[in-house]
Amino acid sequence: MFDTDKKPLVAVRDLKMHFPIFAGLFRSRVGEVKAVDGVSFDVFEGETLGLVGESGCGKSTCGRAVLRLYDITSGQIEIDGREIGSTPQPDLREMRPTMQMVFQDPQASLNPRMTVEDIIKEPLDEHTTLTDREKRDKVGELMDAVGLNRKFAKRYPHAFSGGQRQRIGIARALALNPKFIVCDEPIAALDVSIQAQVVNLLEDLQEEYGLTYLFISHDLSMVRHIATRVAVMYLGKIVELAPREALYAEPLHPYTQALLSAVPEPDPSLARATERIILKGDVPSPANPPQGCNFCTRCPQVMDICKTVEPDYREVQPGRFTACHLYNDTADATADPEANKSKTNKETIT
Amino acid sequence: MPDGALPVLDVQDLKTVFRTRAGEVHAVNDVSFSLKPGELLGVVGESGSGKSVTMMSLLGLLPSPPADVRNGSVNFDGKDLLKVNQETLRSVRGGKIGFVFQDPMTSLNPVFTVGMQLAEPLRKHMGMNKKQAAARAQELLELVGIPDAKRRLLDYPHQFSGGMRQRVMIAIALACDPKVLIADEPTTALDVTIQAQILELMKELREKLGMAVIWITHDLGVIAGIADRVMVMYGGQVVEHAPVKELFGNPQHPYTRALLKTIPTIHGERAARLTIIEGQPPIMVGPPSSCPFRDRCDVAFERCARENPPRYDLGEGHDTACFFDARTGAPRDV
Repeated sequence: MFDTDKKPLVAVRDLKMHFPIFAGLFRSRVGEVKAVDGVSFDVFEGETLGLVGESGCGKSTCGRAVLRLYDITSGQIEIDGREIGSTPQPDLREMRPTMQMVFQDPQASLNPRMTVEDIIKEPLDEHTTLTDREKRDKVGELMDAVGLNRKFAKRYPHAFSGGQRQRIGIARALALNPKFIVCDEPIAALDVSIQAQVVNLLEDLQEEYGLTYLFISHDLSMVRHIATRVAVMYLGKIVELAPREALYAEPLHPYTQALLSAVPEPDPSLARATERIILKGDVPSPANPPQGCNFCTRCPQVMDICKTVEPDYREVQPGRFTACHLYNDTADATADPEANKSKTNKETIT
Repeated sequence: MPDGALPVLDVQDLKTVFRTRAGEVHAVNDVSFSLKPGELLGVVGESGSGKSVTMMSLLGLLPSPPADVRNGSVNFDGKDLLKVNQETLRSVRGGKIGFVFQDPMTSLNPVFTVGMQLAEPLRKHMGMNKKQAAARAQELLELVGIPDAKRRLLDYPHQFSGGMRQRVMIAIALACDPKVLIADEPTTALDVTIQAQILELMKELREKLGMAVIWITHDLGVIAGIADRVMVMYGGQVVEHAPVKELFGNPQHPYTRALLKTIPTIHGERAARLTIIEGQPPIMVGPPSSCPFRDRCDVAFERCARENPPRYDLGEGHDTACFFDARTGAPRDV
């Protein structure tokens, strides 16, 4: 499943993003929200990595942290051969053209007082030395590329529909010929019939410009459509990462299984026949995650070990990663000695 | 569901217009439907298709002006709800017809405890005293599966999670044993695993209480799982209406067919490319003089621009508003 000639464009190792909680009269630090808590993954050149999970699981924070929109707590982020995990913000500017973002809410992410032309032109103003004329030509090209009529360049965002606004956001992200784009729920705010238009556009652009996407979404069926590989997050951690077909056909982690079985299927006979796994209760607070495995409070297959020992996130089948004690015995020969060592450790504990 | 049973709610030719500066927006156009006792009617449509406005019109929940419910009749409990006075209407709302809104955070009052909000309809509609209302409120919270109900009555809405808040909303709507429950996108703001919990709860409650439900959503997947009959709305009109299996298995309106094709699934064949519906939803200024879907339709012909198609009865509870007969592949004669 892993082509050896595929090289990772983005490599994230043990990324942590903790937000401090201040309370009391003197606003002293009383704890932290572990929004992203030790996440590792690669995004290969030209692929789409889908990042799914429920609200509050840290997927958006993860996407923003990878682009260093935050000063991260710890971890390494390598994008296009450069380590940016600890680079100070001013030095990141020269990296920005390579890595761009498309935001969830096209209404909130476009300045209502700027014309479409100015919005798409702004990155060019900031990062290039093109003449005004060249910039205008480039804006025209970008509008063509995302399927907006060039005649509307002087209009303001309010004159456009949701789907068209999202196209403006995509054109802006494309302006500097990026290699890597984080799409943070780009279709969540759109109507069903418009979602497909935007997803098809993203796919076309990927092919045309050789883009690499981190596609963040809570819509599992749409991720199945667009992603090459899929990572599932729960409470700040990746619980499973696998190639698309393998993940949807045979989810390994109990959370992934429950998540997939909860997706309503638009087919009445199928929807009524399938037995749903209904999870009990709610997601625990990321400020106070449970001991052991984060999912142990809701897991239908919980064991004693899950409540004390945090499972390792490791490769259990070629190309398939998961963090679950159920797969401790299935460590295959390819797993590195480190993982085997920790496995034996755990067996002695049980 | 007995087929011959009299409908609990019967809506005929409902028409709602908003007066705006841009002109009159015809949000709901001659919508008719009926609801049999104990059945679940799913209403599907995109934003702006008129599904919420329809339900709010029939309960008189829209501020007027700008809204103007022009036409039609809403028969419930032997009365026409569009003709009765405010007082009668108030006794129906929250009493015999319960309403669950989309966003549980904004529809609960943040400064009152959940217990007080649950007791309010009980005291207003059922004439219970404080003690009775508190006891019944606790029962209701237990009914919707909130653990430790007695203590939770004293909590404020912000102390509940999204899924729990929606359970509270459902409990309030169920407070007075409604004959009809109208749920407007009740799971849209929730995560899928929480949505699955609420859908499961809804199934149990229907078995237990046997009320009729109108479930508004844009998610065809949810509809497939719970509805008995489905009404598809587009541009303020009902474009197709059928029993759930028939609608998914044998969709007749071009919009329904396109909609079913655009949504990707998690089982079955993965399409290399998503089918799209070109264009944008219609702007509904001025009375409709043509089919609202014609600009995006792949089978539209000249008649669709001249007239607005009526709902053609196809038998077995299936009807569709389209001049093109998908079964014969030719325009209808009548």
